[in-house]
Amino acid sequence: MANFSVVGQSVYRKDANPKVTGRALHVGNIEMPGMLQVAVLRSPYPHARILRIDKSKAEALAGVAVVLTGADISKMAGVDPHFGPAFRDQPILAVEKVCHVGDPVVAVAAADHRTAEDALQLVEIDYEPLPGVFDVLEAVKKDSPLVHEQHRPAKAFADLAHVKAGEQSNICYQFKLRVGDVDKAFAEADRIFDDIFTSPPAQHVPMEPHVTLAYLDEHDRLNVWTASQSPSYVRTELAATFGIPMHRIRVRVPYLGGGYGAKLYAKLEPLVTALALRTKKPVRYALTREEEFLTITKHKVVTKIKTAIKNGAITARKCEVYWDTGAYAEIGPRIGHKSGYTSAGPYKIPNVWIDSYCVYTNKVPAGAFRGFGVPQVIWAYDSQTDMIARALGVDPVEFRLQPALDEGEKFATGTVVRSFGIKEAIRQAAQAIEWSKPKPSQNGTRRRGRGIAAGVKAVLTPSISGAIVILNADGTANVLSSTVEMGQGSETTMSQIVAEELGITADRVHIVQPDTDVTPYDTITAGSRSTYHMGNAVRLAAAKVKAQLCEVVAAKLEVAPDDLTAGKGRIYVRGLEERGMTVGEIFLAKFGSLGTTLAAEAVCQPTAAHMDPETGQSEKCTEYWFPSATAAEVEVDTETGRVKVLQLYSVGDTGTAINPRHCEQQLQGAALMHLGLTMFEEMIFEEGQLINGSLLDYQVASIKDMPQLVRPIVVQVPHEDGPFGAKGAGETGALTVAPAIANAIEDAVGVRIRDLPITPERVLRALAEKNGVTDSRG
Amino acid sequence: MKREIHLRLNEQDASLVVDDADTLLEVLRDRFKLWSVREACGVSACGSCTVLLDGKPVSACLLLAARAAGHEILTLEGLSDGDTLHPIQQAWVEERALQCAYCTPGFVLSVKALLEENADPSDDEIREYLAGNLCRCAGYAEILRAVRAAQEKIKLAATAR
Repeated sequence: MANFSVVGQSVYRKDANPKVTGRALHVGNIEMPGMLQVAVLRSPYPHARILRIDKSKAEALAGVAVVLTGADISKMAGVDPHFGPAFRDQPILAVEKVCHVGDPVVAVAAADHRTAEDALQLVEIDYEPLPGVFDVLEAVKKDSPLVHEQHRPAKAFADLAHVKAGEQSNICYQFKLRVGDVDKAFAEADRIFDDIFTSPPAQHVPMEPHVTLAYLDEHDRLNVWTASQSPSYVRTELAATFGIPMHRIRVRVPYLGGGYGAKLYAKLEPLVTALALRTKKPVRYALTREEEFLTITKHKVVTKIKTAIKNGAITARKCEVYWDTGAYAEIGPRIGHKSGYTSAGPYKIPNVWIDSYCVYTNKVPAGAFRGFGVPQVIWAYDSQTDMIARALGVDPVEFRLQPALDEGEKFATGTVVRSFGIKEAIRQAAQAIEWSKPKPSQNGTRRRGRGIAAGVKAVLTPSISGAIVILNADGTANVLSSTVEMGQGSETTMSQIVAEELGITADRVHIVQPDTDVTPYDTITAGSRSTYHMGNAVRLAAAKVKAQLCEVVAAKLEVAPDDLTAGKGRIYVRGLEERGMTVGEIFLAKFGSLGTTLAAEAVCQPTAAHMDPETGQSEKCTEYWFPSATAAEVEVDTETGRVKVLQLYSVGDTGTAINPRHCEQQLQGAALMHLGLTMFEEMIFEEGQLINGSLLDYQVASIKDMPQLVRPIVVQVPHEDGPFGAKGAGETGALTVAPAIANAIEDAVGVRIRDLPITPERVLRALAEKNGVTDSRG
Repeated sequence: MKREIHLRLNEQDASLVVDDADTLLEVLRDRFKLWSVREACGVSACGSCTVLLDGKPVSACLLLAARAAGHEILTLEGLSDGDTLHPIQQAWVEERALQCAYCTPGFVLSVKALLEENADPSDDEIREYLAGNLCRCAGYAEILRAVRAAQEKIKLAATAR
């Protein structure tokens, strides 16, 4: 590996001090004079027509500034009452009907929160319940109740340009992939494996719930402070929704108390903007935890997967993936597409057929969730791959390694893979859990087993990141970037990249927080894309600044610019450190003063090749890949069905690790988060009603759930176009946890769990079935 | 009903009029602007609003402000002046026991109470004590290491004295 001075060093977090003292700025800490607080009345019905709203008593309550309904918003001049990143299907407040329990219907802005809550009690609403649809497989049937009569594409993102207007169906998006002759392969197969796997809806539970503050400044410009992972998109969406020119909207994002996909695209911003425009006062809306559960979820997914085996090898795979996107499409179509095309796995399979459907139901909308849908498809394909290996009596590690794609081979989409350390990830996982050592013979009611799982995610392509680097005369730098620091350590990563390029230390770089008035466009802070995309943008911008410095030094010292290099705050002749100039000297030479700055902008904009809509084939479907593997050891109590995870090793190919400790932390944090999702997290709906929407009823992993032995393992297969070879790390650890544990359970007790989460009840039921006992609990 | 209460807040005397319905969390945030105290669940299930009442961790979201009358309350703002970090905070930085860090104030205060009750906790005792503080970034391995590091720092400081 090349010799770097800052890149590859595990420097401490730049945001450590403000965070460990509790001084870090969050939207909830920002107050404005006369600021109003918001409370929202939400639908108690999963699907109903709104017959009448009487808000007169609420409006008369002292301290109430405005009581707003969807009808009021529809009357606001130039305002589109609907928004959304794929389809403009989500009303700011319900218009004519409600589509899920928790759908916002009436919003009150008042002097304080209690007055706003009191006002809601005075609002009268009559509903006429409509038939609803709650199950994704029911929703695709022709005679199913329709959630929306028509679908209106949003046209906000280049990668969603192919999303089409549709009607008279709950399927809002379908992705198709066709390679080879699947029917022939199944006809000629020695064995066929046909299974259904499900993954439930879950909630992100960022410790900081959504919060947005909006006000009009002295120029009557719309100012928004918001806990968002996508400030650039929020501005675009508000401009489109409210008909405001973009230069009259300023969106700022301070530190986020977690995101995990929950805070992408627009959430509270349109509503809070509508309230601020109506009242002409600052308005802040902070969700309660209960409201958070009614705002966004992880997609429930049902995957039907059928695999043909001939002469011990996989010859065909057919996947039908159903994404339950809830009442509004949100980013479901992007997930159905990007994750859909990976649902046969990172293997050489000559015949592949994929149908991926994004489907409306009358439930809380589903959107991005750390892994962007890939954990759900890997849950299906890796579980089944493991079942096949065990059924064929083949070592599960070997069974994956043999067909796993090598550098230069083609993915199911026809795209040649590069920087693809899947085999290395599998080997490292096997080594960590001492796979080659024989399993000790066991008796009694506590049985141990080991499992390995592997899978891959593709980065969202195309997407765009812009950045500006400003060099100060003292050799320090300010970086303008719209990447949101939500805990992943982006401020530290970007500082290291800029420092490496400019030959300074990371502590001499300041990252300006997202502010659409000053920081350039960035698609989203999500999908493990920032280190690569924003990293490339800040590196290129820094390189442009450096080139300007070199020009001055080259002229002054009469050397070629190419012979110069940056280091220790100076530009000097390579190999002759004493022949050079400090930044201050260069500034004096160039400007005759120290009072100025040198700036440059750069954009990273990877493109994708056209994808055939009928076959899903593309010369290039993605810029890069995230290979992932997990190894787990479990102990299953056969009397209670309780599964204890004893060891968990999370392996990810991150490309060059800019900050190795932070890459490890991302892998392991994602893995432990997904341990909770694997073992117990599930939002339970009954006829569209969420019955466990609070942290008393919905459990997430605590420190007690952490296995005794956990270790992250970073595999570094450099990417030739990544900044110093880096890719990304935010989601990789999340991808393969669930199947690794299910595979270990089969290893321990010989039963296969196909539905998440892996509760003791499910394990007991499977054990009872295996032992031929009819389970009276059903 | 409104009533006047007196308490010690971050080692200073404080007097204020509260409504019976006011929670300690509302008072600490809205009146004293102590932003390290954060509401994340509202039902005492996540530990984000943990403060120390007479040295013991409590959830400010469920404790009525009136009940704090006559007691000593410590929030993270009272733990250090910002220039010199408390040993637990130092350990948190060095072991990288924070990512989004929304949970950090609650964790740091819980650990302070833990180490004052039990200077030599076992791993299991640490896990048990901190089970009520949730970190969704799931930096639990780093947090466990940070508790160990803080313990050593506090012991060293005590030996030095």
